[in-house]
Amino acid sequence: MATSQDTRAAVRAHYEPVIGLEVHVHLLTASKIFCSCSTRFGDPPNANVCPVCLGLPGALPVLNQQAVQFATLAAMALNCRINERSIFARKNYFYPDLPKGYQVSQYDKPLAEFGWIEVPATGGGAKKIGITRVHLEEDAGKSLHEGFPDSYDHTYLDLNRCGVPLIEIVSEPDLRSPEEAYEYLTRLKEIILYTGVSDCNMEEGSLRCDANISVRPAGQREFGTKTEIKNVNSFRFIRQALEYEIERHITVIESGGRIVQETRLFNSNEGKTYGMRSKEEAHDYRYFPEPDLLPLVVDAAWQRQIRALLPELPAARRARMMREYSLTEDDVYTLTRTQGMADQFEEAARAAKNPKRVANLVIGDLLGRLKAQGLEIEQSPISMKGVAMSADLVESGAISGKILKDLYDKAFERKEDFPAIYEKEKPRQITDTAAIEKMIDEVIAANPKQVEQYRAGKTTMKGFFVGQVMKASKGQANPALVNELLDKKLS
Amino acid sequence: MDISTLTIASARAAILERRTSAVALAESFYQKIEAADKQIGAFLTLTRERALAKAAQIDAIADKGDPLPPLAGVPIAIKDVMVMRGVRSTAGSKILSNFVAPYDCTAVARLEAAGAVVLGKTNCDEFAMGSSNENSGYYPVHNPRDLSRVPGGSSGGSAAAVAAGMSVAALGSDTGGSIRQPASFCGVVGLMPTYGRVSRYGLIAFASSLDHIGPLTKTVNDAAILLKHIAGRDPLDSTSAEVPVPDYEREIEKPVRGLRLGVPREYFGEGLDPEVRAAVEAAIQKMAQIGCEVVPISLPHTRYAVPTYYVIATAEASSNLARFDGVRYGYRSPQAGTLSEMYRRSRDQGFGAEAKRRIMLGTYVLSAGYYDAYYLKAQRVRALLTRDFEAAFQRVDAIVTPTSPTPAFKLGEKCDDPLAMYLADIYTVTADLAGVPGVSVPCGESKEGLPIGLQILGRHFDEGTVIRLAHVYERARSG
Ligand SMILES: [Zn+2]
Repeated sequence: MATSQDTRAAVRAHYEPVIGLEVHVHLLTASKIFCSCSTRFGDPPNANVCPVCLGLPGALPVLNQQAVQFATLAAMALNCRINERSIFARKNYFYPDLPKGYQVSQYDKPLAEFGWIEVPATGGGAKKIGITRVHLEEDAGKSLHEGFPDSYDHTYLDLNRCGVPLIEIVSEPDLRSPEEAYEYLTRLKEIILYTGVSDCNMEEGSLRCDANISVRPAGQREFGTKTEIKNVNSFRFIRQALEYEIERHITVIESGGRIVQETRLFNSNEGKTYGMRSKEEAHDYRYFPEPDLLPLVVDAAWQRQIRALLPELPAARRARMMREYSLTEDDVYTLTRTQGMADQFEEAARAAKNPKRVANLVIGDLLGRLKAQGLEIEQSPISMKGVAMSADLVESGAISGKILKDLYDKAFERKEDFPAIYEKEKPRQITDTAAIEKMIDEVIAANPKQVEQYRAGKTTMKGFFVGQVMKASKGQANPALVNELLDKKLS
Repeated sequence: MDISTLTIASARAAILERRTSAVALAESFYQKIEAADKQIGAFLTLTRERALAKAAQIDAIADKGDPLPPLAGVPIAIKDVMVMRGVRSTAGSKILSNFVAPYDCTAVARLEAAGAVVLGKTNCDEFAMGSSNENSGYYPVHNPRDLSRVPGGSSGGSAAAVAAGMSVAALGSDTGGSIRQPASFCGVVGLMPTYGRVSRYGLIAFASSLDHIGPLTKTVNDAAILLKHIAGRDPLDSTSAEVPVPDYEREIEKPVRGLRLGVPREYFGEGLDPEVRAAVEAAIQKMAQIGCEVVPISLPHTRYAVPTYYVIATAEASSNLARFDGVRYGYRSPQAGTLSEMYRRSRDQGFGAEAKRRIMLGTYVLSAGYYDAYYLKAQRVRALLTRDFEAAFQRVDAIVTPTSPTPAFKLGEKCDDPLAMYLADIYTVTADLAGVPGVSVPCGESKEGLPIGLQILGRHFDEGTVIRLAHVYERARSG
């Protein structure tokens, strides 16, 4: 068995996969791209329709300026060049959920081009993935083939989604492995989420992805024949579908066959792709400029306005966090896995005395416990405020690391936040002056050098003594009292 | 009162002075339609209930002595390519025989808001595709001046309704001459405004970049009145222009002395009927006598206009008509087992021959491998044609030509020869392509008594000059 797998890997190494991705993202505008109907998801079928999005004769589109702004903002976040003048075009094809018989999209003059994002490269470091274009278009409706008493010979239409604004983000064929494709999608989604123009919710179809994949012998310049994979509804499945397709391409080529250029659908239950009947996809879309809309002009002034709305993006944020909190790259990636986590961490880090300690607590003590219970950061019993408080307590020596871990365990057991647990479980404080003085005497006796330095004027040494005494008391001495008594004894 | 000679101005005055009521006026027009339209076929749908309700509203205002709106009680007819809420709107096609629109066309809504009473929807070539009205999916329209002849097209129903006195005025649409040519055939005034001057919202599209809504009337003054009410920016049509609308009723009263009239030699060549030529030349002479300066000019790309037009118009039409697929509204073939059969049979049975011919032509010119040679090239020629006009309008204030190379032809005469039919638009398609305004005003009759039209074209958004010249000419000619 091992031998055949080794052989397989050796064959695989002779080929280089070439992958490009097309990602569709719903924009979070309140109304549709060409009419004032609501874009709300989940309303009863055909509740949000009007003559325009129903494609009734005589109705005309009027472009939603918010959609333009969102699309431009996303394109800027993806480092694209914005075309001051872009053109809407009609993409003509017949489909029951496409009421006009054409989709209004952009073709040879898209809103934005020449972008890129960075993804972590397989061998370490970062790799730039080109973004060919970002363009605006309208979504189609939905055909409902199931769930009605007469579904065996009827199809129903829900046109609520018809006219919801989309951006299509087309990557260059720069991706070389399913893993890179997965990373690209993860980074892309993260950037879009940071801009706030979409919720990128794959279950609700507000982020959809098609993949183009080909393989070529390693070292060859020309691309192999590509296939397109559609109908994949998670990043994990995309990775899986690409793995499958790469193996399939190599097997076909190795056995002397040829890849047929076609669209394939991914069946996630079987983990396999299947070719669509080629007749159905033999489309000539007959694109031509949409005469019902003027050219879209996003002039320099408007671009400046939109650019001013760009938030700090993930890459910039990670660099800043490394600097600001003296964190490693790995730590930062862990802490910024979601925007929510990063926000919460930063809130805590800013509130705490030592941000680095907050990071360590989150990574070392919080995330492990969350993972063990299958919880997301948002569901954590210990809030970031709690983490910040615990970090400060450890910092001041008020509690030991060991006690902190106990308290965290209790917080997770009882689903209570740290401050509450601490209030109930905090170690009984030693307020007995005599006992504390005894500990201080012992500390002074054990550290004559430091005492000498302190008395010579190095008053910053005081923290050291406080820490030693707290340690001696296992964190249970009353810090105020320790301070007060230390002052007396050292003077 | 003889309603057949009633103009907007005189109808308005009659109601204002309470010589008749709006309801009585509407009723007498319905009687006239009842009597005359069997022979003519100008109307497809009468909107009697809506008209009488509107008229009653006007009368109630008059009874109270409140000020009346500017078009109070004026009966008008609407080409069936414009939708009205709750009214069947067919665009002359069987495929929309059961289509009732849930909303109003902006131009119609503006007229109704100004007090006009819509009598009904007029017959036309299917989806405004035709020059004779014989492509109506229902029945042809007969020219009121000679029932054996066509009224022109595609707004033949609107032109015939006005010419026969079945309506005071009408709205039509012009994509390649569809207002001006029937106006010329029926002996009425037809005005095509600048592209962008009148909202297209609610106009069932034939070719979006060429479609214009405009008035058909008995006098130029009436055309000015209607234009004033339908013109102006509409937020529902992105291509409607943000250009101020002058008071056209005042515009037409301005003097014309010293205006320079261009006479393009390309519009007086082969194929021009000698009687039409004589009438148009006489009209030009008349205008010179009034004080206009006549300047020979050239519009060198004119000969490419018809092919250019048929590439662009059919390309857009093939896309605009894709929505009529039997899925959501309109005709659905009962003999369809699969989705693809439903599409094919519904469209095959629902569309007439000319619509299908144009859909196929348009699909072809947009197809991969042909787009550059046809569609793209046609767009380039369109730009050249527009430049021809811009260059000419550096030198002249307006251009005068025949509206159509011939007077109205016989029903059936050109039915089997689409190319001959397409050439009926030879003098009108240029203005649609260039987006400039144009009017057709009667300028005489043939020996057989058939009306002949004079076309006056103007600069973008300069309808004022066009109708002023037409108005002065109309007055000079009548007397
Ligand atoms: Zn809508």
